[in-house]
Amino acid sequence: MKEKLEQIREAARTQLAEAQADLEAIRIRYLGKKGELTGVLRGMGQLSAEERPKIGQLANEVREYIENAIAEKAEAQRKDALENKLKNERLDVTMPGKAPEIGKRHPLAQIQKEMEDIFVGMGFGIVEGPEVEYDYYNFQALNIPENHPARDTQDTFYITDNILLRSQTSPVQVRTMEKQKPPIRIISPGRVYRSDAVDATHSPLFHQLEGLVVDKGITMGDLKGTLETFAKTMFGDQTQIRFRPHHFPFTEPSAEVDVSCFVCGGKGCKLCKGEGWIEILGAGMVHPNVLRGCGIDPEEYSGFAFGMGIERVTMIKYGIDDMRYLYENDIRFLNEF
Amino acid sequence: MNLSLEWANDFVDISGISPKDYCDRLTATGSKVEGYEVIGDDIENVVVGKVLKLERHPDSDHLWICQIDVGEAEPVQIVTGAQNLFVGAIVPVAKSPSKLPGGVNIKAGKLRGVPSNGMLCSIGELNLTTHDMPNAIEDGIFIMDGIDCKPGDDIHDALKLNDTVVEFEITSNRPDCLSVIGLARETAVSFDREFKLPTPAVTYANDGDKIDNYLAVEVKDSILCPRYTARVVKNVKIAPSPLWLRMRLRASGVRPINNIVDITNYVMLEYGQPMHAFDYTCLDGKKIIVRTAADGENFKSLDDTDHTLNSTNLVIADEKKAVALAGVMGGANSEITDSTVTVVFESANFLGSSVRVTAKSQGMRTESSGRFEKGLDPENTLPALDRACELVTLLGAGEVVDGTIDVYGGKQEPYKMKLEVERINSFLGLNVSADYMKNVLEKLEFKVDGDTLTVPSFRADCRCMNDIAEEILRIYGYNTIEATRFVTPITSGSRTPTQRFELLCADLLCAMGLYECETFSFISPKYYDKINLPADDVRRKSIVISNPLGEDTSVMRTTAIPSMLEVLARNNNYHAEKTALYEIATTYTPDADPTKLPEERRHIVMGFFRDGDFYTLKGMCDTLLDRAGITNAVYTAESNEPTFHPGRCAKITAADGTLLAVIGEIHPAVQENYSIDAPVYIADFDFENLFDKSKLEKTFKALPKFPATTRDFAFVCDDTLEVGAIEAVMKKAGGKALESIKLFDVYRGKQLGEGKKSVAFSVTLRAADHTLTDEEADKVVKKILTLLDRELGITLRA
Repeated sequence: MKEKLEQIREAARTQLAEAQADLEAIRIRYLGKKGELTGVLRGMGQLSAEERPKIGQLANEVREYIENAIAEKAEAQRKDALENKLKNERLDVTMPGKAPEIGKRHPLAQIQKEMEDIFVGMGFGIVEGPEVEYDYYNFQALNIPENHPARDTQDTFYITDNILLRSQTSPVQVRTMEKQKPPIRIISPGRVYRSDAVDATHSPLFHQLEGLVVDKGITMGDLKGTLETFAKTMFGDQTQIRFRPHHFPFTEPSAEVDVSCFVCGGKGCKLCKGEGWIEILGAGMVHPNVLRGCGIDPEEYSGFAFGMGIERVTMIKYGIDDMRYLYENDIRFLNEF
Repeated sequence: MNLSLEWANDFVDISGISPKDYCDRLTATGSKVEGYEVIGDDIENVVVGKVLKLERHPDSDHLWICQIDVGEAEPVQIVTGAQNLFVGAIVPVAKSPSKLPGGVNIKAGKLRGVPSNGMLCSIGELNLTTHDMPNAIEDGIFIMDGIDCKPGDDIHDALKLNDTVVEFEITSNRPDCLSVIGLARETAVSFDREFKLPTPAVTYANDGDKIDNYLAVEVKDSILCPRYTARVVKNVKIAPSPLWLRMRLRASGVRPINNIVDITNYVMLEYGQPMHAFDYTCLDGKKIIVRTAADGENFKSLDDTDHTLNSTNLVIADEKKAVALAGVMGGANSEITDSTVTVVFESANFLGSSVRVTAKSQGMRTESSGRFEKGLDPENTLPALDRACELVTLLGAGEVVDGTIDVYGGKQEPYKMKLEVERINSFLGLNVSADYMKNVLEKLEFKVDGDTLTVPSFRADCRCMNDIAEEILRIYGYNTIEATRFVTPITSGSRTPTQRFELLCADLLCAMGLYECETFSFISPKYYDKINLPADDVRRKSIVISNPLGEDTSVMRTTAIPSMLEVLARNNNYHAEKTALYEIATTYTPDADPTKLPEERRHIVMGFFRDGDFYTLKGMCDTLLDRAGITNAVYTAESNEPTFHPGRCAKITAADGTLLAVIGEIHPAVQENYSIDAPVYIADFDFENLFDKSKLEKTFKALPKFPATTRDFAFVCDDTLEVGAIEAVMKKAGGKALESIKLFDVYRGKQLGEGKKSVAFSVTLRAADHTLTDEEADKVVKKILTLLDRELGITLRA
């Protein structure tokens, strides 16, 4: 019987050595109810009491051996199969992906939102106002009376003698100051209109974002601090700002504000035309006539205002060299941003 | 304003300052420099020469061989084709090698075998005109008659081509800086140098003749003409001005004409005070009257343009006719000519706004009107007049008749105000000493007496603390201000609910694959034709721009659909495979009362082609409505929207009937108008209504704890019966147990019969508190089927 068991072990080993061995068949052949090992065990009864434990032990060893060998083989076969499967499932990762179709916001809207978010973070509210506006709010209340030469710098579209397309978003400031008493801290983004023919740098319609702060003790240093914070957030931490004296009828003192070129860092490049600085803002301390006209006492309160063109910021940030792209809405252009 | 630095140097010493430093500093102190030009820097190695000898070229019938004295030991030989030379002629010589304007390089060479060591120049080759050099001819060598020079002198020195011109952009509040004197004053304070302003000395003929023998002046309105000063010059000899004066005018961009006209221009540039010269003999009567024009009065200006005046126009007139449009331009009838012998010099002050109105209404913006508009200093008229007379004597242009006319009805007291040192400092966030402030203000010609300031008459822009603060700051340095962060009570820095909703919509539309576009708010009225609006459609009533750039941008849109179609058409033209866009666009609807502002409403317009069909569009609208929390919107077929396909258009209304949107396929005729070669789908949402009806607050609803039962039905019905009607009945019948209805098939086929369709639904039933039994589900189904049969007459498909 011992030989028989050894034969079984050997036969099973040989069978299991085959790569494609049918493990279930092998299990049934040796370990099944009618299997060979089972058959041997069934014949144990004929053995002497002395031999029985020995043969029994051997039979168990053989069973264990076959069971383990089958398990090992099964594991090996699974591994092989998986490896094969993985090999066959190889993809050409250079083939094009299937992107979900999403749209994009217009570059102007993206920049406007970025700018708004910076000011909202500084505690500014966003206020809107009409685009078709009274002359009073667009000019007179801003210290620009009728027949004032400052009107020349903003060629205006008129509807009637008294109603026009706002040439700046400043009327929103006046409307706000009329309604709300200090402290005031607002920005007013929106469309403005000037009678300029369309070319690479002009458009009869463009967007501005203006800001206004009025309270007790507001200084020109506060204006600078606010604009510096804006410039650093918008254009990067290294950004510096520079004031140049200028004249706006509704602010005094007034300044044009440059930011250091964020491409070259001030060394001079194509974007800043070698200047190292890019003009992006007009700003100043609110003129006492404007405050007074809105019922705010300039002896008690002071304030600052600033404004910039969203097109200009968009164009310099993205390096767009022709304003017409912004209103042409070529889908290929829109997809670039 | 172009400033000749050579000229400015009469009033302030600018030696030792490079043009770049000059420009940077003046910009920093508030006189913005656009750029500068060094005159004559395109001319090199050109000198004065004298023709010593002229010989015919042996091999040419037109060339001359010249020996030229250029102040060196040996004469220079130059071959020229010019025919106006003679021995002794003084000429400009471009030696070898040399440079001339326009990038011309001159080098020694041979002309038909004869060596030529340079070139003789015409005025054109030196970039000069016969206005600059009135004795010269255009086609020939420049014979430098009457110019003080000798052979070998550098041409820059000989012709006074050694100036630097700085171009300033002067803001409208500083008309005093539209002058050499004004900018010299700014230069002096900017560089802390001395400002010297000599008083002009008038030399009268002193022959017993008096101005009263010639002229009286009557000013009818001293508000429109605060001051009128005049003098008479007799025995006038019209001639060219001297070289130095011509070259100063040229550097300032003014064309020299003759001594009298040049003097008026020179004084205007130097003093910033426009002047006018009349030919005295052209005046009728011995009187000048400053009056407003009669309505319809005719006037021909110096430039030979006819004008019809009105009563807002101020004129300078004699007893019979207008001879000048005050502050704008003189009349052709009294123009200075070569035969003029007696001249009236006018130096007057006119009200800026009145000059502006006149210049605008007559379509004549001149150098003079541009200055008057900004408000000039009445105190300046007399010094300017004196200066003109001083120049008359200096130039030998005539004799100044004794006496001055000065009608000064508008004289004003000097403006006084307080110097508030502390307030200025705290306002600017600086700490500037009182002494510094006083020093700056005095240099700017303010009188400082303790804390009382007297503002100079030419600084009408300085009237309040802010103005003085700016004067200090611009000299002290704008960039000395330290950036500070203000502290004020908290203001709510956030978007309004509408602004947040707009962002939410924008992001959602992008997520649905639509690109945002931005279009002009003004359109052509023809766009309404293009979108098929009938002639009487209310949307054709637009806000009209009275001075549009062109018809294409002449009315404010009442609908944003044409803007969207334009953009879609453009992308179609560019062969876009497909295009899907949206715009959050404002429309402008006129008020019945034209003195009121129009109603401005935002719309969300979505549009696409080759990117789906009506149901794609509807799906997007559903998603938008869902995001807005509007659950009970109703779609109704709409066949009367002229822009849309009558069978493929719907209105979306809120439960209370408020119109939310019109959506659909564009009418084929409209599609053709835009030459788009695929059907176009557009949804036009009224953003304000959408926001009004939106419900953005969310409330948690427990997830279902019990399983759902799904039943599928197919019905046969008339093709015209809308699925929406069937669903409505199912909902009504299904009650609480009905969770959802999903249409999964619509089928039309012969076996169903003409005009019939089969519609198949999958209905989900669920109870919140237990598992629905089959019996319960059957009961609901039965109710649904019964009601469908009763209300719509439809039954399950056999």
